[in-house]
Amino acid sequence: MGEFLMPSLGADMEDGTLIEWKKKIGDSVKRGDVIAEVETQKGLIEIEIFEEGIIEKILIKEGTKVPVGTIMALISPIGVPLETKKEKPIELHPIEKKVTEVMPRETAEESHIKASPLAKRIAEDHHIDIKQIKGSGYDGVITKEDVEHAIEQRDTIDKEQTILKTEKTATDSEAIRFAIAAAMSKSNKEIPHYYLEKKIDLTKALAWLQEANQQRKVQARLLPVVLFIKAIAKSLVDFPDLNAVWENGLHTKKDINIGFVVALHNGGIMVPAIHQADLKTVDEIMEALNDLIPRARAMKLRSSELSDGTITLTSMGDRGADSVFGVIYPPQVAIIGFGSISEQPFAENGMLGIRTVVNATLAGDHRATDGLTGSRFLNVLSENLQKPELL
Amino acid sequence: MENPVMKTTLTYREALKQGLREALQNDQDVFLMGEDVGRYGGAFAVSKGLLQEFGEERIMDVPLSEAGFVGAGIGAAIAGMKPIVEVMTVNFSLLAMDQIVNNAATLQHMSGGQLHVPLVIRMGNGIGRQLGAQHSHSWESFYAHIPGLIVLSAGTHEDARGMLRLALQSPDPVVLFEYTSMLNLEKEIDIESPIVDISKAKVLRKGKDITVITYGTGVYKSLEAAAELATVGIDAEVIDLRILRPLDDFTYLASVAKTHHVIIVEDAWRSVSVSSEVSSRIMEKKFYDLDAPVQRLCGVEVPMPYPAHLEEAAVPQKQDIVNAIKKMLRHG
Repeated sequence: MGEFLMPSLGADMEDGTLIEWKKKIGDSVKRGDVIAEVETQKGLIEIEIFEEGIIEKILIKEGTKVPVGTIMALISPIGVPLETKKEKPIELHPIEKKVTEVMPRETAEESHIKASPLAKRIAEDHHIDIKQIKGSGYDGVITKEDVEHAIEQRDTIDKEQTILKTEKTATDSEAIRFAIAAAMSKSNKEIPHYYLEKKIDLTKALAWLQEANQQRKVQARLLPVVLFIKAIAKSLVDFPDLNAVWENGLHTKKDINIGFVVALHNGGIMVPAIHQADLKTVDEIMEALNDLIPRARAMKLRSSELSDGTITLTSMGDRGADSVFGVIYPPQVAIIGFGSISEQPFAENGMLGIRTVVNATLAGDHRATDGLTGSRFLNVLSENLQKPELL
Repeated sequence: MENPVMKTTLTYREALKQGLREALQNDQDVFLMGEDVGRYGGAFAVSKGLLQEFGEERIMDVPLSEAGFVGAGIGAAIAGMKPIVEVMTVNFSLLAMDQIVNNAATLQHMSGGQLHVPLVIRMGNGIGRQLGAQHSHSWESFYAHIPGLIVLSAGTHEDARGMLRLALQSPDPVVLFEYTSMLNLEKEIDIESPIVDISKAKVLRKGKDITVITYGTGVYKSLEAAAELATVGIDAEVIDLRILRPLDDFTYLASVAKTHHVIIVEDAWRSVSVSSEVSSRIMEKKFYDLDAPVQRLCGVEVPMPYPAHLEEAAVPQKQDIVNAIKKMLRHG
């Protein structure tokens, strides 16, 4: 019996609200099917399933907010008869929607609840349901302090809810800000970063690109960033320690899924992953970007796109800063930055010339790799960009 | 510092004696009568030297008959004198109880207000350091039960010195409790007697976390407990009831409304005591201000043991008060 869990779409995600089931009981599902839509800080996300089978049981109602890891549905493998008897009971702890129910529930009747007369009076004055309060007094009695704490908690939640509501109308930009804040704080707190920079000559790459684009329709024309992505993916094949996550130790990833930082119009960023970029052609990567970027800006990404990244690329584009030193997106262990492409004086073979160059940087997790690995990687990346025709 | 308050250190016994002397000096109608108060100087040496100073007519030794000399005191009071009758200890006062309860307390009522009994009955009360079961009673509640009486409890040196003078101004009979175990206790008090209003309880220490209501021997123990609790961040308010009948409800109820927690401390037995009365009134009048049940620390309900360590264990001590309050406030 397979279990379909509320997925984590990033280190910063604690819970999600199930908005809609896209499948019903009895439906057969296969890997990659969208099974549900979940509201997160990063917008309405289509959640995919990664096993085959038949939806046997749906455990979470639409509109319910549940923590990451909560069992949401049971999937029985195809060919195995539906069976419910042998199942062990599954305990569910959905986060209730109602504000007051955030507090632990007492099942006892009100008449059996021990609260001091003063606590009851204050609770009544402030319209606090005393049943929802856990007593800290002698023998679990609810005291004045407990009620005052509950009032304070409710007021805080009310305030947060008001903020959240305002955020909704303000296109979720605040929520995204908080998500970024959480992830980046975690990164800077936990990950010892090291930083490397390499100036890469793009003369050959851009010349190749110009030629290649002449043979393509306008919509299919390649952007320089496609070459960067492809070159990174190709280089990473030889540096598995950079294509990895750190979760109580280094775990290298088989697929090279490059998270691509997309800046949103109203501020904030989304980082959808380009799956298996090393196996894609440059045209396929361009296609992926054309698909991903507008969807990221509309906050309509799929769960796998949000959670599968194994390394991140942040590219400044045409008019950006010369260099960018990124903050690693946990639990990844590296982020590559490309500054803006510009003409610069360039010394080579004792001669000074003008070349089109880009500053490539690497911020690495020093727990996972050392500067030597990073440095070698940047060299290979540079070499790969000198042979664009092989990308 | 224009008028620095002069302080003096004296024993509880000395404070009582000063009160007596002052009362005798101030009013020629005041006289003291009781067993061994004259030639012997008082069973506890409180009236030592007063016979020589004031003479036989005002310091009167009486026969060993509590009913007789308390009755004589009542008669003298009705006749216009201001007698101070010393019943050596509360333990012997039972022999005079008919006079006190059926005569002193009722005559004003029964005479339709024609008779007043301005009598002060002093009695030593409580444990007296290994005096045994029959001589160690804490019976404030017996007299606090009786309408028509005013019952005072001198829990501090100020009151030991100051209460008597004001008790003598009462037109009605006053029972004044003094505490045998405190006689040798030294404290520093003001040289000048302040006006001690005997109709009011007194907040001896202000605090915001819990109200400690006490009287008699509980007063100093509670103050010491409060000082220790302050070192762990508990701010206890200590109230000396002082007048056990009629109770000054206003003072302790106001404190309850502030702290929301109450403990009552007394040496007397728990059942049907001053603490049970105070607790009941708090419940009746300040129920919705209580954040925890009223707690009581009282004497263990056994005849008072003779051995010193058991005697000590039979009444609340400072550490008991500290522990009970910490438990109530979920501290530590």
